[in-house]
Amino acid sequence: MKKSHILAIGVIAVAIVIIISTAGDASTYVNFEQAYQLASTGSSTQVHVVGQLPKDGAGQVVGIEKSTDNLSFSFLLLDDNNKEQKVFYNEPMPPDFLRSEKVVVIGNYQNSQFIAKKILLKCPSKYQEQKLNAGV
Amino acid sequence: MHYFIGNLGHLLVITAFVTSLLSAFAYWKATTQKEIEGKNSWLINARFAFVAHVLGVFGVVAVLFTIIYKHYFEYHYAYAHSSLHLPGQYMLSCYWEGQEGSFLLWMFWHAIIGLILIKTQKSWEAPTMVVFTLVQAFLASMILGVVIPGIDLKLGSSPFILLRDAMDDPIFKLQPDFIPKDGNGLNALLQNYWMVIHPPTLFLGYALTLPPFAFCIAGLWQKKYVEWVKPALPWSLLGGGILGLGILMGGYWAYETLNFGGYWNWDPVENAVYVPWLILIASIHTMITYKNSKTALKSSIILVIAVFLLLLYATFLVRSGILGDASVHAFTDLGLSGQLLIYLLFFTLGAIVLAIIRWKEIPSSEKEVSTYSREFWIFLGATTLCLMGFQVLLPTSIPVYNKIIEIFGGASNLAPPANQIEFYSKFQLWFGVAVALISGTGQFFWWKKIDKEKLKQEMLTPLLITLLLFAFTIAIAKVYNPAYLILTLAGLYLIVSNFKVLFTLAKLNPKLSGGAVAHIGIGMMLIGVMFSAGYSKVVSLNNTGMLISKELPTEFNRDNLLLFINEPRSMAGYDIEYRGERLEPRQKSGFISKNDVELTLDPFKVVALKDIIFQNEKLYNAKDTIEIFPENTFYEIELRRDGKLAASLFPRVQINPAMGGFIASPDIKRKFSRDLYTHVSLPMNREEEPEWGKLEEVKVKIGEEFFINSKYSTTLEEIRRVDEIEGVKLAAEDVAVQAMIKVQGEHEPYTVSPFFLIKNKSQVGRLPAEINDLGIKITLLNILPETNEFLLGINARQKDWVVIKALEKPLINVLWVGTFVLMIGFGMAMVRRFKE
Repeated sequence: MKKSHILAIGVIAVAIVIIISTAGDASTYVNFEQAYQLASTGSSTQVHVVGQLPKDGAGQVVGIEKSTDNLSFSFLLLDDNNKEQKVFYNEPMPPDFLRSEKVVVIGNYQNSQFIAKKILLKCPSKYQEQKLNAGV
Repeated sequence: MHYFIGNLGHLLVITAFVTSLLSAFAYWKATTQKEIEGKNSWLINARFAFVAHVLGVFGVVAVLFTIIYKHYFEYHYAYAHSSLHLPGQYMLSCYWEGQEGSFLLWMFWHAIIGLILIKTQKSWEAPTMVVFTLVQAFLASMILGVVIPGIDLKLGSSPFILLRDAMDDPIFKLQPDFIPKDGNGLNALLQNYWMVIHPPTLFLGYALTLPPFAFCIAGLWQKKYVEWVKPALPWSLLGGGILGLGILMGGYWAYETLNFGGYWNWDPVENAVYVPWLILIASIHTMITYKNSKTALKSSIILVIAVFLLLLYATFLVRSGILGDASVHAFTDLGLSGQLLIYLLFFTLGAIVLAIIRWKEIPSSEKEVSTYSREFWIFLGATTLCLMGFQVLLPTSIPVYNKIIEIFGGASNLAPPANQIEFYSKFQLWFGVAVALISGTGQFFWWKKIDKEKLKQEMLTPLLITLLLFAFTIAIAKVYNPAYLILTLAGLYLIVSNFKVLFTLAKLNPKLSGGAVAHIGIGMMLIGVMFSAGYSKVVSLNNTGMLISKELPTEFNRDNLLLFINEPRSMAGYDIEYRGERLEPRQKSGFISKNDVELTLDPFKVVALKDIIFQNEKLYNAKDTIEIFPENTFYEIELRRDGKLAASLFPRVQINPAMGGFIASPDIKRKFSRDLYTHVSLPMNREEEPEWGKLEEVKVKIGEEFFINSKYSTTLEEIRRVDEIEGVKLAAEDVAVQAMIKVQGEHEPYTVSPFFLIKNKSQVGRLPAEINDLGIKITLLNILPETNEFLLGINARQKDWVVIKALEKPLINVLWVGTFVLMIGFGMAMVRRFKE
């Protein structure tokens, strides 16, 4: 066997390992119901849940509770099935949080509370930004 | 309203777009024409069009800068990214905060590189410039902002769009000419000098991958299968250096500005540019192999094409909005995803089809390479780099797979790994080990003829030195984790073996030593990364035995230190003391104590109450008006060792109520062996009214000393009658006195003067005085003429405080120095290849 063949076999083997491990370590996008079921089977896998912040008639986000020191906060999130869930986040509120049109929380259910380890925000692009800022 | 300038900008964008297409067409003609005359006349046309294109691009850059610089807030770009108070140097950063500006920056570099190619590469000019101008046409189309009539297709997003066209605010219905007084401002995190130079460097790196690609395509097209390598290689080397530098600058910015304590987060946006860089390095290696031994030509072609395509793919990932659910800092979709996809597919299909057509004709060497040859090891290294890139690319592309499955009607809920850092590190660490071992060993084959016996001889001394250094390192640094041990060993081996080559070459021909220097840099970076990331430790351990707050999580209470003002604590072998809140003047470097200034109605200006001295240097006189950054507060923290000042740190907090929180940036005490990285984890909330303790009364005579809080020596120095209080004249029958009270604080005396006032002969008024640093308030309660005494009232509150977190980052400077060494290596190699 030529050396180049051995090398090729080695490369393919490493590539297969990489593909399998990526598939194994990949997280999933789920809704709160599925996340809850996953957690109730005893799994502590972190999942992604995509949702929106519920707003009142005046367009204000409702359901935000900050701790007194502003170091952590909780909020309500509506998932794609319109299930509302309180989410706890052990960090200060990220900048632009209230302006975001979509929020992705990465975490899991712990004793029927959803604890987010990380939050990703999707902010509106400029064409959807309807109002000028204060200070105009 | 300044309509003209926006229209001019738009016209210039259209000019740049059209001229790039014209130039592409003319260069195409010049390439395909057979007769020399026709060729030359097309070439002249093409150059003329390209110069017009370059002028157009420069014009667009100048117009956009004018709009930002002159604060024309009727334009969306100026309104969204700048503000009246934005310092001049950060106005450049406005360019790259928006997508349009960063496309522009990219085009700008291409334009300059294109001019250099025309000037220096006569024989390659026409075919390479076809590729260049086509790329420019695609980029220009991204900022075209033209709606094609009939099919209602919007092409590109113009940076010259008016605010009223970008936003639906009702005010524009009432007042179409409305111009906001101030802009939205630049994201505070981007107001940093690294953010001024990081994006241009990165985009220069992007732009530098185009020449090798263009040479390669031109080579395939013109059947000059082997000749293209020579002109392409120096550009690849320059690109490898600049792109690497740009990426690390981004990491350094994150380290200095964000408070996650690291420089690399394995975010998809970071990965998207890391992968092409790895492949670029691999392509440099195969090109060098080809130049030396005529092997690996086909791999060079594949890799050079892959680098450019991967950069286009990175652009697509970052700017199409596809990463929206996966990344913290991808751009949002500007409606360009379709255009970006066409850009990507055009060059992908074009390059691949061309390569397939020509594949059979490309010469390749059939001889089997020996294990004891340099080529074998370089090829092995390049393969490892490709696998390293593949491992990152695969999970980063998960959102793309989901999209593709969706397009075909399926549904996929795959998400990127939840813990990115852990996931990528566990693979990249071993790839790092492999790269170090392969490139360390490969260096012994620098001279072509070497066999097993000779190799053993050559390797013996470096191996012994490596082991010696290794034993020494682990004994000092106490590394026990097996993976880290192996990485340290591999890194040291890489450094030592390249030093050996370097010493030999220094005698023979120092010009050839760029590669050895670059590899030493890589070895240092590996070791720096391993120590700073693997052995970073929290040093701000709460050793008081008391919780900072019951409401805070346990981890926070354990890893953070509550510092009261002027009360020393101990941390990491230092005495640490919080000295108060500071402001940063705009015009001078230094810090101003908040106690020494008075606020004005303009939040950007304060007035000095006394002479402002910073580190023995007088910055301002009393009563000077000082311009400041109102959103920034710095917390002065002193570190002392054996009573001597070791460092004054000024970690920053930006309070931004509109954004609902605070953003902390660290300050770093740098020593060669380790950085002490300190940031505020909880600032005091100044909005809340302080809770004052019970009033305590003391009767004192003038000159009598007494103690406040049983520790501050206090003297009532003088009582004087005054005619006015804070600029208000008193009526003739009113009586007012001012007490001058001196309080000796921990570091300095404070003199305060409460007032006592009798108005209309019966109404008593009292104006207390506060000493912020000591947390006390003194009131002149009464005057007792019978005993010649004065009654003072004293309230105390909790002293000012701040909660900080500090981390020790061992050997992080080895990473930065290694980066620098790597750049020197790239520079040396590049100079040599350009000279050829």
